[in-house]
Amino acid sequence: MLAADRLIAAALMALSAYFMWHATVLPIGWNGETGGPGGGGFPFWLSAIMFAAACGILLKTFRSQARSGTFFDLSMVRSVLAVVIALVVTIALMPIVGTYIALPLFLFWYLRIFGRHSWAVTVPITILTPVFLFFFFEVTVKILLPKGFTEPLFFPLYAFFF
Amino acid sequence: MEMFAHLADGFATSLSPLNILIVVLGVTAGLFIGAMPGLGSVNGVAIVLPLTFVVPPSSAIILLAAIYYGAMYGGAISSILLGIPGASTAVATTFDGRPMAQQGKAGLALIAAAVASFVGGTISVILFTLFAAPLADIALKFGPAEEFALVLMAFTTFVGLGGDDILKTIVMICLGLVLSTVGLDLISGQPRLIFFDQPGFYSGISFLVLAIGVYGIGEVLYTIETSKTAPAVTPAKITLKELGLGLREMNKLWKTMTMGSVLGFFVGMLPAAGATPAALMSYGIAKSTSKTGRTFGKGNIEGVVAPETANNAASTGSLLPMLTLGIPGSPTTALLLGGMVMWGLVPGPMLFIEQPDFVWGLISSLYTANFAAVAINIALIPLFVWALRMPFTVLCALVLVLCIVGGYAPSQKMHDVWLIAGFGVGGYLMRKADYPMAPLVLALVLGPLMEKSFRQTLIAERGDVFAFIERPLSGTFMALALLFFLLPLINYLVKGAKRKIAPAE
Repeated sequence: MLAADRLIAAALMALSAYFMWHATVLPIGWNGETGGPGGGGFPFWLSAIMFAAACGILLKTFRSQARSGTFFDLSMVRSVLAVVIALVVTIALMPIVGTYIALPLFLFWYLRIFGRHSWAVTVPITILTPVFLFFFFEVTVKILLPKGFTEPLFFPLYAFFF
Repeated sequence: MEMFAHLADGFATSLSPLNILIVVLGVTAGLFIGAMPGLGSVNGVAIVLPLTFVVPPSSAIILLAAIYYGAMYGGAISSILLGIPGASTAVATTFDGRPMAQQGKAGLALIAAAVASFVGGTISVILFTLFAAPLADIALKFGPAEEFALVLMAFTTFVGLGGDDILKTIVMICLGLVLSTVGLDLISGQPRLIFFDQPGFYSGISFLVLAIGVYGIGEVLYTIETSKTAPAVTPAKITLKELGLGLREMNKLWKTMTMGSVLGFFVGMLPAAGATPAALMSYGIAKSTSKTGRTFGKGNIEGVVAPETANNAASTGSLLPMLTLGIPGSPTTALLLGGMVMWGLVPGPMLFIEQPDFVWGLISSLYTANFAAVAINIALIPLFVWALRMPFTVLCALVLVLCIVGGYAPSQKMHDVWLIAGFGVGGYLMRKADYPMAPLVLALVLGPLMEKSFRQTLIAERGDVFAFIERPLSGTFMALALLFFLLPLINYLVKGAKRKIAPAE
């Protein structure tokens, strides 16, 4: 638990330092002519406060006793990690193979393999969800979801609905 | 009375067929979302917001408010039937609701929760109606200095009253504010914080992206870890006899319900407080003042009524500063605010002048939402009992798909979907390490207002920082902000002094 606390605090310090470095692109100091800080002032000084606060959190962990319990329950961390990886793969696939292949794949993996559901549960949800998404987003709201190389397959549908 | 005329006009808007349908839909969706363990009003609003493009903006806001409302009712359902709060706001409802269910009085407890929610919701909406216009009138006099002081005060309430680790709260506020500055500088229009030269950052980081990440994906990851198996559902049957019995019991509890409603409303207005502490406070007060206080925790109906009136009243209370001042009273109202800005309905006093139809339509829809919610809640109890048996693995899969598509739809950029995934994982890890999420979301929503009002004031006053203290209203807010900020220190010193007086402890 303590190690995770330290790691997160250190990561936040690094993040705020990165923000500060970025903020210096615009003037961060006081602007004498117009009054008030320059464009980089707000993000810079807030990042500085964040750096100091994260630093305080890190220092506090060295003073305190180890908190009871572990950050990750090892049996559960595998499930969480699996879902995160599946999510990343799905998002990466979306612009290439299209939403209507990527999302059913994800649903199939989640329900059948991860959730160990029966075919009776998996198949209807895997098929009906993309159908609902198509009618809701593309037909009703006219927001086109990414289709990747499957785009030509949708031309007849476009012609029919629009 | 001008107010009644406005309210009557409002009802003309909210009672249109489309808006009635929307209220019924929203409340039903909210009830389901609220009833699902792990998902509360804030998750519901975050996930559903991208879907609201279907309806006109004013109806979209009514829909989201109805979801917010329904979720407050729904939270009690899983508190009673599963013993797991459906949302953090319904934690206090488990104390007596669960024992009641175990004694076979689940139906009675559910009726009590629904009716109490209705009473709390209605009393607080009446308070809301009375306070809204006067508060908006005062807020009309606010200049940028007052706006800045007010936003600052909202953030310091998290430090003083939030109850989370102070340093972690400060980190989250700053992180939210810095993320809000990504994109183009408000005053000079120059680009800033364009990470890795990604063009997607030029349009800034949308509150929706953060909210879907943290409250959608982050929440699902959290749920996967904490509860993989579906818990046992206590069966509940509702008969007309039980309904009558419940209403008779409730009739004896007017004092508790009034107390819970008024308390909830005012606690709900504070950004850092809100429905969860309001419900806990109401439970505590009811326990210490009730004649049957000893049986609290063992299935006393008053122990269900007290928190349920308060959490519903608090949700209305948190809408008041959002609508009149543009300062949200809770993370959910922060999302509503973000949504309104997205649709060009900028909350604040001017909204009451420029869009009275919308404002009063929204207020009157809260009345109809209460009626709809109590009726649907009681009528659909068998359906909720069934829905609670839905395995988490089905629910989570659907929520994740909605997060991905809902994150893509508003901007139609994969950039935002990647950000959502990043915020989801980051938010999940930080939440595990006890970093509070509410200040982060509020800061991202309020960041642009805070920076703009700060820099406008300084430009107008030629860089004179004392402008914030010299104006009476903003000076008062600044003093309050300082007080809230120093509150933990004062508490600490008082405790220290007490310890010195009584060293024997």
